[in-house]
Amino acid sequence: MSALSGLEVGHVVAERDVVLSRESLVRYAGASGDFNPIHYRDDVAAAVGLPGVLAHGMLTMGIAVQPVVDWAGPDRILDYQVRFTRPVVVDPETGAALHVAAKVGQLGEGTARIDLTVTSAEQTMLGKAQVVVKTDG
Amino acid sequence: MPVNPEIQGRQYPPTPPYLVGREKVREFARAVQAEHPLHHDVDAARAAGHADVIAPPTFPIVIQQLTWNQLLDDPAAGIVLERIVHGDQRFTATRAIVAGDELTGQLTVTRVRSLGGNDMVTCETRVTDASGEHVVTATSSLVVAGEAA
Repeated sequence: MSALSGLEVGHVVAERDVVLSRESLVRYAGASGDFNPIHYRDDVAAAVGLPGVLAHGMLTMGIAVQPVVDWAGPDRILDYQVRFTRPVVVDPETGAALHVAAKVGQLGEGTARIDLTVTSAEQTMLGKAQVVVKTDG
Repeated sequence: MPVNPEIQGRQYPPTPPYLVGREKVREFARAVQAEHPLHHDVDAARAAGHADVIAPPTFPIVIQQLTWNQLLDDPAAGIVLERIVHGDQRFTATRAIVAGDELTGQLTVTRVRSLGGNDMVTCETRVTDASGEHVVTATSSLVVAGEAA
């Protein structure tokens, strides 16, 4: 019997609210080795014409998949892709609130494609955010 | 200087082996708010059939960044860090990365095209382990802003 059985297209498998703070960005910079200053310095962000300090796209991508990881298990993630459609501006005091919803998009042979919707203040931050998970074995 | 279209098809040398440390996996997991026990608890990971804790699905970016540095350091490529915007990203895995892995990345520029004054560079980093087996391929599109932008 399949470990993740009985899935139906359209079914929401996981949902989560996340808050990113400036501390989250500094922590991610150190962990990942991406020290681009637009992710921690307001003056640099302003100088290159950004609306504020931005979250690393890879941080948003990394966090957005976590509801699926917790649901399926981290060793069942076969493929994960996103398009960075809108930058996540992180306010120094209030941070940035993200909502992630993970829904079954398509069922395959021993796999399922889970589609992520990542929103902040009603706007979609990632496009074509899709995770392929192994459902058998 | 625009991106040199002749870098399409160029392959850079494999990066020196990167040893995936257990604490690095835990640190990266905390940074992406990954709380699953397989990222943190060695006993849980071993019980699930892994040699050690396993890395989150986006961890290969650490190796991919090492290969991006080769591209940025190549004066012939014409790619400047400050002008890059990350367009899209994909990871296609054969298996999860496990603490103790020695990983090597090799970058190939798969496509360069002009797009309304900007250049779009698509590149692919193939990550392999110490025995040469495929672990994951990381594919990215980088939008490089033109001079006037």
